[in-house]
Amino acid sequence: MLSISNLGITFTQYDQGLRRKQLTVITDLDLTIQAGEVVAVMGASGSGKSLLAHALLGILPDNAQLSGTMEFQGEPLTPKRCEALRGKAIALIPQSVGYLDPLMTVGRQVQRVGQLNGLSSGAARTLANRTFARYDLPPTTRQRYPFQLSGGMARRVLVSTAVLTQAQLVIADEPTPGLHPDVVTETLNHLRELAREGRGVMLITHDIEAALQVADRVAVFYAGTTVEIAAAEDFARGNLRHPYTQALWRSLPQNDFVPVPGNQPSPENLPVGCLYRDRCAWVTSECEQARPELRFVRQGWVRCIHAER
Amino acid sequence: MLKGEGLWFRYGARLPWVVRDRTLSVLPGEVVGLMAPSGYGKTTLGKLLAGYLMPTRGRVTLNKQLLPSRGYCPVQLVFQNPELSVNPRWRIARILREGHPPQRHYLDALGIYPGLMTRYPHELSGGELQRVAIARVLNRNTRYLIADEMTAMLDANTQALIWKVVLEFACQHHVGVMAISHDRPLLTRICQGHTIKLLIDSIPASLAKA
Amino acid sequence: MTVTSPISKPMQRFRSNRRQRILWGIAWCALLLVAMILSPWVIGDDGLSPVLVQRNQPPSLVHAFGTDWLGRDMLSRSLHGMSLSLRIGLLAAGISALIGTGLGLAAGTLGGWVDAVVTWIIDVFFSLPHLVLLILIAFAVGGGTTGVIIAVAVTHWTSLARVIRAEVLQVNSSDYVRLSYRFGRSPIWIARHHMVPHVIPQLLVGLILLFPHAILHEAALSFIGIGLSPHIPAIGIILAESMRHLSTGYWWLGVMPGLLLLLSVKAFDWLGENVRSLLDPKTSQG
Repeated sequence: MLSISNLGITFTQYDQGLRRKQLTVITDLDLTIQAGEVVAVMGASGSGKSLLAHALLGILPDNAQLSGTMEFQGEPLTPKRCEALRGKAIALIPQSVGYLDPLMTVGRQVQRVGQLNGLSSGAARTLANRTFARYDLPPTTRQRYPFQLSGGMARRVLVSTAVLTQAQLVIADEPTPGLHPDVVTETLNHLRELAREGRGVMLITHDIEAALQVADRVAVFYAGTTVEIAAAEDFARGNLRHPYTQALWRSLPQNDFVPVPGNQPSPENLPVGCLYRDRCAWVTSECEQARPELRFVRQGWVRCIHAER
Repeated sequence: MLKGEGLWFRYGARLPWVVRDRTLSVLPGEVVGLMAPSGYGKTTLGKLLAGYLMPTRGRVTLNKQLLPSRGYCPVQLVFQNPELSVNPRWRIARILREGHPPQRHYLDALGIYPGLMTRYPHELSGGELQRVAIARVLNRNTRYLIADEMTAMLDANTQALIWKVVLEFACQHHVGVMAISHDRPLLTRICQGHTIKLLIDSIPASLAKA
Repeated sequence: MTVTSPISKPMQRFRSNRRQRILWGIAWCALLLVAMILSPWVIGDDGLSPVLVQRNQPPSLVHAFGTDWLGRDMLSRSLHGMSLSLRIGLLAAGISALIGTGLGLAAGTLGGWVDAVVTWIIDVFFSLPHLVLLILIAFAVGGGTTGVIIAVAVTHWTSLARVIRAEVLQVNSSDYVRLSYRFGRSPIWIARHHMVPHVIPQLLVGLILLFPHAILHEAALSFIGIGLSPHIPAIGIILAESMRHLSTGYWWLGVMPGLLLLLSVKAFDWLGENVRSLLDPKTSQG
């Protein structure tokens, strides 16, 4: 349904004074999402997760340039088409209630989403009520303002905004940090449910545990590239292909809790060759030659020439 | 010992209590994990202990004395969101100098390389910025560290790195750490090998005994 | 998977360097305004004396703005008037900005009853019709140039004070300032290193955007006759005089000075907006 290949995003920035520089923040990003599937997009901050979401929603700033291909339902996704599909065929579940209008009751805001999707105001209200009932939100919730919601309720309201649309692709941006484990599980179940309805769900997160709880596949981003796309089971089974994914898995508190030294390279001085080579234990002279292509290894995609180990 | 005794807090005389009758303490060199359901007032409790808020009733004492209101506070709080805890108009080098300049080897351990020094906060990733925010408080004058969801916004690798450095620092300088988090495996892990005091869903009475 | 094709042509179109354009724009606006202020000294007073043989001429190459019923060159009169208005506007806006900053800073940092009093004064000023207040004050202090300056200065500081108060409150309650206190920094140190650098850009933009208001209100006061004395060529007086001649078909007497006033007000407005977009880190990268 959604297929992204070799996506690149470059920003034009002002250096000192009037000099301009080109900053390539995303290079060779690949991702596919099928209908009825939850795909987790995982990576450290600065790996390009949020920028990908912004590109899909067509809300990149003016000084950004795109390259590569993005296709949605078989047709190329141009910024113009993104704008037309935004909130309709592609919906976002925002990170917090901070993204809602603080001066409007949540009932009216959710209803408005329905109306923007072509429903009459009566039909939108009925649908909003039904959605609130479905998520066990008491009828009084509709009259509340965003700041009056508890953490769990807020998450359910935010999910409702996406349910009301006919969106084929739902993007959930970091829905879990700082939430109580019960609320996390509940939120993730809602995402699963959206996928069961035949939608594609893209879960942007840095939380491996949350991702594995709900996702079918996990795409791992590093410094603006997709380094691996693995099935969720691959993690626990030890079937991971890329050294970075393995390191991430090992650094969980319930595993070894051991960090890999070094930093994700900054977009200003990306190394030649493999982007991970300065932190990699498997590095050889070949890694410095060129950036590895995405390859299919053991039923998953990986961008590493030593992945067969 | 850092101790909060019978802490009550609300933002105004007519507003509901955010913290009701909490008592808890942290010993030097001890790592205390605090995990509690929402509505417990964990974040407010952290702010009370670090002197960001004054308790409406009760008191916070450090070695039997009230927290100093002037000078470098021996109890430091690390926030969840580093973007808000640094001045967006300052360069990293200046941000690091605001408290007591951190020692070279902590900067190295946290992966804060010299290239970062001349940049502005918005040019750093969240993980890099949080490491800068933490480096600011890793100095001898910090006796207690309160980490409120310090790594909740970060990836597993950065989380492991930060905690490794912070626990090393705490061990070396005999600093008491209180970690507030929702992440049970994380708290279990970082309290290991220290005096474990994992306050999970506990009621105030059991804290008072601690 | 390796085929690279551009997704967006429009986004890749060549864009000229925006920061450069803005800086040029700022330079031109500033130049225009400075030229207008200094113009009386350049062109001299010749055009102000009546030349009765050249009465009521429409705009031409010799008299770009035409001449009035006494044969005076309207371009010289308008420029003299504009220059005076700009100088009065600058002075009044400057005083206004000082009052606004002082009270805004006091309200934001001291809080308590100081804040309450300042907020109350601001509310009172906002609840009164601005022009009525201007007229009353100008009248009370005896009219004339001083009257205009005082009236404009003491009625324009409110919005700026409000902005600065809000900024100070916001910075004061931010995590990084509270952290600074916990690092043992003194309130004065924090004011100097955290507050002032934050407030100065706001102040600068606020000041620039105050000018057009001050100028327009000065013109309005002169227009209704309580401002400057009638024989001084102020822009408000020129416009008021032209009222009597508009119906007789001498359109240039009102239109040309009016356009000049519009141009200078717009120049200030544009200057303010662009300085703002340069100083704000969020828009300065675009």
